[in-house]
Amino acid sequence: MPGRASKTHPVEAIDWPAAIHGALKSQRVRQVSYVPDAGHKRLIELCHADKSMAAVPLTTEEEGIGLAAGAWLGGERAALLMQSSGVGNCVNALTLASNCGFPLVIIVTMRGEWGEFNPWQIPMGQGTPETLRLSGVRTLRLERAEEASTTVTAAAKLAFGGYGAVAVLIAQRMIGAKSFGEEP
Amino acid sequence: MSDAGLDRRKVVAALLEERGALLVVAGLGSAAWDCTAAGDHPLTFPLWGAMGSACMIGLGLALAQPKRRVLVVTGDGEMLMGLGSLATIAAQRAGNLAVVVLDNERYGETGMQKTHTAYGTDLAGVARACGFADSRMIRTDAEIAAVRSGIHRGRGPLFFQVKVKCDSLPPALPPRDGAHLKHRFRDALLGNAAAAQ
Repeated sequence: MPGRASKTHPVEAIDWPAAIHGALKSQRVRQVSYVPDAGHKRLIELCHADKSMAAVPLTTEEEGIGLAAGAWLGGERAALLMQSSGVGNCVNALTLASNCGFPLVIIVTMRGEWGEFNPWQIPMGQGTPETLRLSGVRTLRLERAEEASTTVTAAAKLAFGGYGAVAVLIAQRMIGAKSFGEEP
Repeated sequence: MSDAGLDRRKVVAALLEERGALLVVAGLGSAAWDCTAAGDHPLTFPLWGAMGSACMIGLGLALAQPKRRVLVVTGDGEMLMGLGSLATIAAQRAGNLAVVVLDNERYGETGMQKTHTAYGTDLAGVARACGFADSRMIRTDAEIAAVRSGIHRGRGPLFFQVKVKCDSLPPALPPRDGAHLKHRFRDALLGNAAAAQ
């Protein structure tokens, strides 16, 4: 309605990386591994600053699947942060999750779907949901910043209560499409 | 050359003898058979797949259990598929983790094709360059006592590339059910706390 003030906060005001960090922490996630993505920049910083978490930079995303299996063998919960381009790197390693029932939360920042300017990101981005499904990973979509905490909490409950890998796909529209300064 | 190498079954038996509280991850193929031949154990997690993951499973375990010693026993082919994990382990300064690579310079399960170590790749050199606290090539039985000592007491991460004979031994198969292997390991390590995790 014209002139009526919105009761919802603007998206910019919601610190969704902090909400995800808080959800992981409250779900007792102790090992957070990652291959960096610009969309994960703040969450990675929060995990490094948190003394209750081991933040583990990886050389390739599949390392995080093995790390999570070892963490669970040792009595700890793990999460793995990556960009959608890394999902395909994980396929064979995900045997650990589907065959042994090792739980794991994967948080994927999507590329190649909303206003993507880099054509090289599109094939893996478009293939990400199906690739995860075929690899035995359950998926949840995160489209709105205000739902970050509830969605990641739900994913953690599904993973650690259901003994499997669960991925949260963060919509590119929510993160903001990267442009390198090029305007369409 | 590999036909002059050590007996892999004797090496692994010596490393796992009186293993105490040691936690073991065994890479797929011959390394897992060697560990099983030395005595199947609930605190050994043998892999049947996920090639290239053995070292990372060892790291996750080492970070979760900083007061326990963790040993990864794997082959040269399995190690080559996860070379980047050596950089990841070194970056974490995992002081309680040791990696033993049984290097026969061959892919033993698929027809004894040469691996890259047969063409000159120096795995111990890679681990050293990644930043492992100590990394050695082992060629004689006399050095195995020092490897044992490192595994149980050394400041890690430690890497031992053990040159073994290129021979085909009868497989000694561990249980194959991944969920069973996971449960028995967690029950032995965590006891009742496993259920509350």
